[in-house]
Amino acid sequence: MMRYLVKRLLYAVPILLGVNLLTFALFFVVNTPDDMARLQLGTKRVTPEAIARWKAEHGYDEPLFYNPKAAGVDKITDTLFARKSAAMFVFDFGRSDDGRDIGREIRTRMWPSLAIAVPVFVIGLAANISFALLMIFFRGTYLDWAGLALCILLMSISGLFYIIAGQFFIAKLWHLLPISGYSGGIHALRFILLPVLVSLAAGLGSGARWYRTLFQEEVGKDYVRTARAKGLSEVRVLFGHVLRNGLIPILTGAVAVLPLLFLGSLLTESFFGIPGLGSYTVDAIRAQDFAVVRAMVFLGSLLYIVGLMLTDISYALADPRVRLG
Amino acid sequence: MSLPFRPVVLWTDALLFVLLTVLAALAFWTARNPQWRRPWARVGQSPLAVVCLGVLGAYALIAVLDSLHYCPRLPQAVPGQPAQYSDTVRSVFDALTPDLWRVQEETYSAPLAAHLFVRQPQTLPDGQVVRVYPRLRIAAGSAPPGQRWGDIARRTLSGAAAGLAVGALCVGLLAWRCGRVRGARAWLAAAACGQAGWPVRTLAATLAVMFVLVGVIAALAPAYHVLGTDKVGQDVLYLTLKSIRTGLLIGTLTTLVTLPLAVLLGIAAGYFGGWVDDAIQYVYTVLNSIPAVLLIAAAVLMAQVYIETHVRMFDTNAARADFRLLFLCLILGMTSWTTLARLLRGETLKIRALEYIEAARAFGVGHGRILLRHVLPNVFHIVLISTVMDFSGLVLAEAVLSYVGVGVDPLTYSWGNMINAARLELAREPVVWWQLVAAFVFMSTLVLAANLLADVVREAFDPRRGGA
Repeated sequence: MMRYLVKRLLYAVPILLGVNLLTFALFFVVNTPDDMARLQLGTKRVTPEAIARWKAEHGYDEPLFYNPKAAGVDKITDTLFARKSAAMFVFDFGRSDDGRDIGREIRTRMWPSLAIAVPVFVIGLAANISFALLMIFFRGTYLDWAGLALCILLMSISGLFYIIAGQFFIAKLWHLLPISGYSGGIHALRFILLPVLVSLAAGLGSGARWYRTLFQEEVGKDYVRTARAKGLSEVRVLFGHVLRNGLIPILTGAVAVLPLLFLGSLLTESFFGIPGLGSYTVDAIRAQDFAVVRAMVFLGSLLYIVGLMLTDISYALADPRVRLG
Repeated sequence: MSLPFRPVVLWTDALLFVLLTVLAALAFWTARNPQWRRPWARVGQSPLAVVCLGVLGAYALIAVLDSLHYCPRLPQAVPGQPAQYSDTVRSVFDALTPDLWRVQEETYSAPLAAHLFVRQPQTLPDGQVVRVYPRLRIAAGSAPPGQRWGDIARRTLSGAAAGLAVGALCVGLLAWRCGRVRGARAWLAAAACGQAGWPVRTLAATLAVMFVLVGVIAALAPAYHVLGTDKVGQDVLYLTLKSIRTGLLIGTLTTLVTLPLAVLLGIAAGYFGGWVDDAIQYVYTVLNSIPAVLLIAAAVLMAQVYIETHVRMFDTNAARADFRLLFLCLILGMTSWTTLARLLRGETLKIRALEYIEAARAFGVGHGRILLRHVLPNVFHIVLISTVMDFSGLVLAEAVLSYVGVGVDPLTYSWGNMINAARLELAREPVVWWQLVAAFVFMSTLVLAANLLADVVREAFDPRRGGA
């Protein structure tokens, strides 16, 4: 197990390096820092001095990979790649365009993101599984068919619709909950309730449909027929046998997205004014703050890779047939 | 003698027609191949699929009509001079629906309204300024305000009747053609009893509904804005119909990027194994590990910088918006090929170990031929299913990306842009709802039809489900 983990960790390094090189190419090679400066300074007639000043202020006034002017090791480290990209490996994300430390910003903003994402994840998983099991219980009947139709209908509606409709009806028309905003402590509950409800509704269709497919495959297997032949009731078959075996792919799949919960949801957070990482990212994209976007790309891929490793481990833990080596 | 118009071929138009040609070739090949004809026949037998195909066909027709672009000729000041062409790019769809865009209002107006939604200052003959709801420009020649609902009802009924008549004519022609002239009577009788072998009645009903809708809209459009107008007074129905092209292009052109990458790399990784497999797996793990929205955002931001710094490359706004749309398809394709490639790699790994591949190899068949004749046809159902299933996701993604600010150009007609513009107006009192509702209804109809069709296609093609 230990050996496997070390191997996976070592395997993650080239992938992160690849991500790093790719984003570096996108942000610095395809378009030079000069282009970026021109975009930020806005006007068509910018002087070369203004561009040089902007680059110096934001630390973009260095060569890409190799600095012949510097001495010794600085030939490599006094470059854009070392300063802006490779530095992320030690979680040095630099500063955003408005001068704030991105690393600190990430640490404070991840809590509101988690406050929304964790309830959505846990309740969503339970709701989707229950709905899927209900459909499986009534499989082959009109109820199953109607449930499936409802799922397809729900997943055909844009996520934007759930958010806008939720804000309009629940908050604006019926005044049940605040439209948007956030506050710390116990008062946060009032603000996170609506985003959580909306996200649950938006995710129910595709989630329940996917789990129904998994359970349906499971129901057709021999051990289920055996269980029924033993005379077990349908409820016991479903909960004692089908659910337990079907949970293996569901839980291992869920583990993969667990680390990504930190990033929050772009849409929900920015619509509801939650000061989390999702809205941070959207704001950065809109303000064309490349330093923040680069940091979020790196963080996102790091968390994705952690998720992949967690999946492998949870497979080995949940399914005795799987051995890691 | 000069043409009354100058044809304009945008990049996306050209690629759309390439795609249609490929589809036609594929259809021809499928029709000759019994192995593929059978699952398609199963799809055709499902009434649900027939309805979905009808809806998708209508959307596709509008998109294709909207992709034939031209610049109209300007009226000549002096006869005999060389013809001058306008800078505005129009499409055949615009030419067919002049009622929808000729008359532009001042600002918002509700669906089927006779007056503007907001009060405007108006000077009375005695010099006094009052704030009134002005009458809409489009309603100028129509019924006086008191008889509005009567007029609407009359137009609706006559439009529906006309639509039904034209529809009946078309269905009659279709039946006549399908019945091959001589057996037409017997065939019609069989079809009416639901014994034609495929759901003719369902198709006829779908077409009838569509013809009635078109008829009603055509009858109402000269005097009313059927779905109201937006902030700058454009007809919302026109906006949402124009958005169809953008939505469909994003859903389909993306596959032009996805399929070659996914098929080539996925099959190569599974078939050759070794370092080829390692390299390809590395590439798609890297791409996959970057959150899709962020990768798209990064690429689109870069494209924006590119457009800003190369302004001279794009002579019209349409060309600029078109480049951005094309780029969006490209980058969406780059982020979405990995899933399909992984599926294909897995399936190819399984197929590679089968006896018939070994036999082919023993006979000395080359790699290229084995891949083309023995592997590709056996993974083709995966390609088809995943393409159909991805379509709806891509249409939905457009709206989200437009909200984040990395979607299509703000000048492009798209559902995302419509929703974005209308979202803030919900705070208004009374509420301006028609723009949002129109965009959501048209988008959801397309996505729902695509999702339902995808379900039927998967059911028919997936060998594990006892299909093909």
